[in-house]
Amino acid sequence: MKKDGGFSPQCPVPDSAAWRGEIQAAHGGGGRAMHRLIEKIFIPAFDNPHLRAGLDGAIVDAAGVRIAFSTDSYVVKPLFFPGGDIGSLAVNGTVNDLAMCGARPLHLSAGFILEEGFPLDVLELAAQSMARAARAAKVGVVTGDTKVVEKGRGDGLYINTAGIGIIEHDLEISPGSVRPGDAVILNGDIGRHGIAVMAMREGLKFDPPIESDCAPLADAVSALIRSGIRVRCLRDLTRGGLATALCEIAGGSGLEFRLEESAIPVSDGVRGACEILGLDPLYVANEGRFIAVVPAEEAERALLVLQAESAGAGSAVIGTAGEGGPRVTVRNGMGTSRVADMLSGEQLPRIC
Amino acid sequence: MRFIDEYRDAGAAAGLARAIRETVRNPWAIMEMCGGQTHTILKFSLEELLPPGIELVHGPGCPVCVTPVEMIDKAIAVSSVPGVIFCSFGDMLRVPGSSRSLFDAKAAGADVRVVYSPMDALETARSNPGREVVFFAIGFETTAPANATAAHEARRRGRMNFSLLVSQVLVPPAIRSILSAEDNRVQGFLAAGHVCTIMGTGEYEPIAERYRVPIVVTGFEPLDILEGIYLCVKQLESGRHEVENQYARSVSRGGNQKARSLLEEVFRVVPMKWRGIGEIAHSGLALRPEFSPWDAEAKFGVAGLAAEESSECRSGEVLRGVLKPSDCPAFGTLCDPDHPLGAPMVSSEGACAAYHRYRRRAAAEVPAR
Repeated sequence: MKKDGGFSPQCPVPDSAAWRGEIQAAHGGGGRAMHRLIEKIFIPAFDNPHLRAGLDGAIVDAAGVRIAFSTDSYVVKPLFFPGGDIGSLAVNGTVNDLAMCGARPLHLSAGFILEEGFPLDVLELAAQSMARAARAAKVGVVTGDTKVVEKGRGDGLYINTAGIGIIEHDLEISPGSVRPGDAVILNGDIGRHGIAVMAMREGLKFDPPIESDCAPLADAVSALIRSGIRVRCLRDLTRGGLATALCEIAGGSGLEFRLEESAIPVSDGVRGACEILGLDPLYVANEGRFIAVVPAEEAERALLVLQAESAGAGSAVIGTAGEGGPRVTVRNGMGTSRVADMLSGEQLPRIC
Repeated sequence: MRFIDEYRDAGAAAGLARAIRETVRNPWAIMEMCGGQTHTILKFSLEELLPPGIELVHGPGCPVCVTPVEMIDKAIAVSSVPGVIFCSFGDMLRVPGSSRSLFDAKAAGADVRVVYSPMDALETARSNPGREVVFFAIGFETTAPANATAAHEARRRGRMNFSLLVSQVLVPPAIRSILSAEDNRVQGFLAAGHVCTIMGTGEYEPIAERYRVPIVVTGFEPLDILEGIYLCVKQLESGRHEVENQYARSVSRGGNQKARSLLEEVFRVVPMKWRGIGEIAHSGLALRPEFSPWDAEAKFGVAGLAAEESSECRSGEVLRGVLKPSDCPAFGTLCDPDHPLGAPMVSSEGACAAYHRYRRRAAAEVPAR
């Protein structure tokens, strides 16, 4: 872990409030600022082995049964975007966090924070979308809560979901299980969710429109596990994108992840949008993409299993784990390679 | 993707790299002026393809990096005025002023918005007639025409609740300043293709002549840069010092006449302070007097604001190509993208940030659990 070694609090130079001072947007961006926030405030406050495991959810023991437990809050703007909406996102996000623990999702809770004046018909649309997503993911929304805040004190609609799932295998799915030589499989093209939401928010139009990849991943993960693949590690590629997720696994495993850029699927629309905006698709958010790290000798079979699933049709082996880390390197088509660092704050469009 | 992949072709890159190796007999230090070029060089690790004698020195062409500290302070002061909507390119938000960044101002309640064009800010002014909308007009000759258009349109439409906080800089005076410095070691330049798309190549001819340096106007894709280096090395090895145009698909000798006359109409040339470097004569643009109602510095009374730069940050040496980012004692220790001492660690075009992002090899780079 990178320490603040040498950084003196008396230092007269400007220190961005990304660490001291106030909460900034970057603290929710999924990158280094958020990790520091977790490490400096939440882990010390709540310290326990489940939290320290650093997974997408906690794996707890309930009378001899291994249960995965996870929660996530959804504050997306706009509420509806090509390929999804806050409702489908709220279900799939938590379903996917459970799936990344290797669990079969069972039940969700839903908490709604509503702003005075929010139209009921829009709330109904979001609830119906949640119900559809829950049916597709084979989970029930079994309990919930509603709060209303004064006008101007919310952003229309926020949703929190929490979920539990059951773990029906003996695999230890975590960064620590990754071994040198393991293969990294990605389940499809990256960057569509982030670009779809950004395009909608900023009024950018692409032809054809870029649709979010928002989708439940539990079936694809179950298929891998059922087929006997010794899955080492799973991670969904939400905020911070593929690069940040791999940096997290590199940090947890102490290994170097070497990616082949040409093997990473990126649609023409996303590539074009990223070129124009000066963004790197490796750092753009996804809501239906994950990486599975599996033993090299099982990679071919894992690929076939995933490709038969609707959430895995575009699966590809994109790299390998090796000694030399913890870090992530990307080799491009020209044969040279670069380091892919964890995102610092939010990705911002460049000037020119 | 068409029009991009052609300029990233591995076979063509290998061919250019071979041509450079076969041409080079002496060591040379070549500066790429533009931060976009620096970014490409590091993202594609182009130095791996070059013979060891060729050193690429990263120039000051990062608009975020050279915007002076007091301009950031002025931006924060203006953004904190009640009722102001402060619009900026996203990159500027993270840059530290003398104590805070625009992100900090936003967190403290200022209405700071990221826009993609100054015309978006003008539109914001139209749709918020009761509020003052200010656009942070920064950058080189590349962004100047769009900013000039916004000023021109604001005047034409009588949009009085719109103004520009202008911090525009010009490339040729910076090249002269680098070449005049006693510790200069740059022997050839890759000039910034997009700047020359606007301004043309003519203003570089007297510089090449006076300082006897080759200047190759170069694009931003990996093959553009390799070809620019090849043309520059060929000139250096044969003792020539000419202005050459690698980026002919975009750049003509006369540049974009319409854009240039708009710049002439809206802006006047002024001395300008460059962050880390100091004042350079004739190197900035300011609004002409007839546009003073749209000049945010005058409107909000911040023109006199002064600020000192951090003494710990050696970005001036980095921007002049005298110090490699990774050789700076603060690099990766006191200074990283989360705690930037200076602007080059902030912007994606900044040399320090690009080194930090793509080139740190030594220490463990990612948080371990």
